[in-house]
Amino acid sequence: MGDQPLVRWDWIASHLVDPIGTRLLEHLQLSITPILLGLLLALPLGVACVRWRALYPPVFTTVNILYAIPSIALFFLLLPYTSFSAWTAIIPLTVYTLAVLVPNVVDGLNQVPDHVRQAAEAMGFGPLRRLVQVELPVALPVVIAGLRVAAVATISMVSVASLVGLGGLGQLILTEGFRRQFPTPIVVGIVLSVALAFLVDGLLVLLQRWWTPWTPRPARAGGRNRRSAAASTAAASSAADRPAAPEGRRRRA
Amino acid sequence: MITFDGVTKRYPDGNVAVDHLDLEIPAGQTTVLVGPSGCGKTTSLRMINRMVEPSTGRIRVDGRDVRDQDPAELRRSIGYVIQQAGLFPHRTVADNIATVPYLLGWDRRRARTRAHELMELVGLDADLARRYPHQLSGGQQQRVGVARALAADPPVLLMDEPFSAVDPVVRTSLQDELLRLQQELHKTIVFVTHDIDEAVRLGDTIAVFRPGGRLAQAAAPERLLAEPADDFVEGFIGYDRGVRRLSFFPARELRLRGDAVLAADTPVATARAVAAGGGEPWLLVVDDARRPRGWVSADLLTTADAQTPLGDLPLVGFGHVFTVEDDSLRAALDAAVLSPAGRAVGVTQDGTVVGVVAQSELGEAIWSVGNDDARDAEPVGQDG
Repeated sequence: MGDQPLVRWDWIASHLVDPIGTRLLEHLQLSITPILLGLLLALPLGVACVRWRALYPPVFTTVNILYAIPSIALFFLLLPYTSFSAWTAIIPLTVYTLAVLVPNVVDGLNQVPDHVRQAAEAMGFGPLRRLVQVELPVALPVVIAGLRVAAVATISMVSVASLVGLGGLGQLILTEGFRRQFPTPIVVGIVLSVALAFLVDGLLVLLQRWWTPWTPRPARAGGRNRRSAAASTAAASSAADRPAAPEGRRRRA
Repeated sequence: MITFDGVTKRYPDGNVAVDHLDLEIPAGQTTVLVGPSGCGKTTSLRMINRMVEPSTGRIRVDGRDVRDQDPAELRRSIGYVIQQAGLFPHRTVADNIATVPYLLGWDRRRARTRAHELMELVGLDADLARRYPHQLSGGQQQRVGVARALAADPPVLLMDEPFSAVDPVVRTSLQDELLRLQQELHKTIVFVTHDIDEAVRLGDTIAVFRPGGRLAQAAAPERLLAEPADDFVEGFIGYDRGVRRLSFFPARELRLRGDAVLAADTPVATARAVAAGGGEPWLLVVDDARRPRGWVSADLLTTADAQTPLGDLPLVGFGHVFTVEDDSLRAALDAAVLSPAGRAVGVTQDGTVVGVVAQSELGEAIWSVGNDDARDAEPVGQDG
């Protein structure tokens, strides 16, 4: 890339709306859609896996195998069917989120303390009402923890879709930068991609604080009056305070 | 009234949790199901609200077979308190308490008002209404659990080892609270515990289960302590059932001696005469308000100066006292055993001395309790 400066501010200024702004929006759309679709699929799948235990091992293996397929391969596999529409990126990315979200929904539901479940039954909750009003809300911190991992992973993975002509900020990096041997768009693409991941993660943290005001805050840990409460909510709190997906943070490129 | 008619619960693996249970649980009273783990007491409890379905036999609540009712609706009409409280961590204290009213479709304001009434009833500070369960102590959580069970005013309350996860001091205060509540509410309470002392404290009737899910004996606690049906029940009750049984007999029937009680300004010479006259080795010295100050021994009186008032002598601490009106023979015996003089001091509720009683005299009273037994006396009260 020769003797050019790493960042040419004048280029940034003159291309702020197009392509930078457009690519950013595209990136956002290509990552948010799979996350939401993934959640929409993972919730019933996870609930079914808890309801019918035998279902979980095959489902778990399947989502893991799908996760193991390189994203670039999946993009090319889908090209003949979806051509250059956004679905070519959205479908594989949705499938990948399942590898994090399904186990988190299952773990979240399994962490609902037995006495809470039994109390709900004894109070006269029907099965569906118990799921919606007790079990899912109590599982929420663990589900959101999974959502955070899935969101960050998806935002970073969207760029790869640029190899098949999609991919938001990836286009900035590949087409504008790499192919033209011009570093500024590459830097802009990386910085914005990372910033977007931080922003979405931060929003999810705020969302969690707002939705689950009942989870113990770490600052109050170790205080008095927590004896039995600590046992029942410790699992939820540790999962809520840091994203702890069962599969860890696997990086994909 | 809750009736078990030949109820058996056999699991698919052949394990029998409850074996041919026939039991009548009287309305408005506390019945405690007690026994070692795996004896079927919790299973029996859960069959009442259909959380467990019997394999054979029939359970009726007020004459109605529980299987004729929709499980969820049946459960909303039966309060349930679970071990570890089982509070919903995502709901505030007030919303936890209002659970069943919400399920019954009460409007929000009415349910909240009811929740606040119940918080007061179970002794919870109104400030706690907006807290979440994890911010409460174990004892407070259990109170919320009891309030939640009572929210829709069900006639029947099922309690599954509700106080087993809290420390002994808190447990005792929760037990006291339950006794107080029950005096006010007269619910049909079925209480499961593995702790025989808890059963004796709380139960109007105690049903002892043996491993294998068989009912060993159902009786009033005082009867159970007096006449355990067999070796298993006797072993389960524990070795000191004779002493524990004294809790069911009031101390007010003891004959207390007032003549061995002297004011602090009494001169030694007078006290000497009293001691000699009654053959008393110990005299109790009281102040102007008749509150106990301490014991003086007859030995000390013989050596002390005749004109000294008793209050100026080195007195021996009077130890524990018992309240004549409220306490049981067990408390009186305890006070006598702990007293350095071997005598218990009986006081009124405001602490003034009624009289003293020696261990030997207590023995007579206890012996007469044993005699009453033979004549099948009714038990009286149960405190202590």
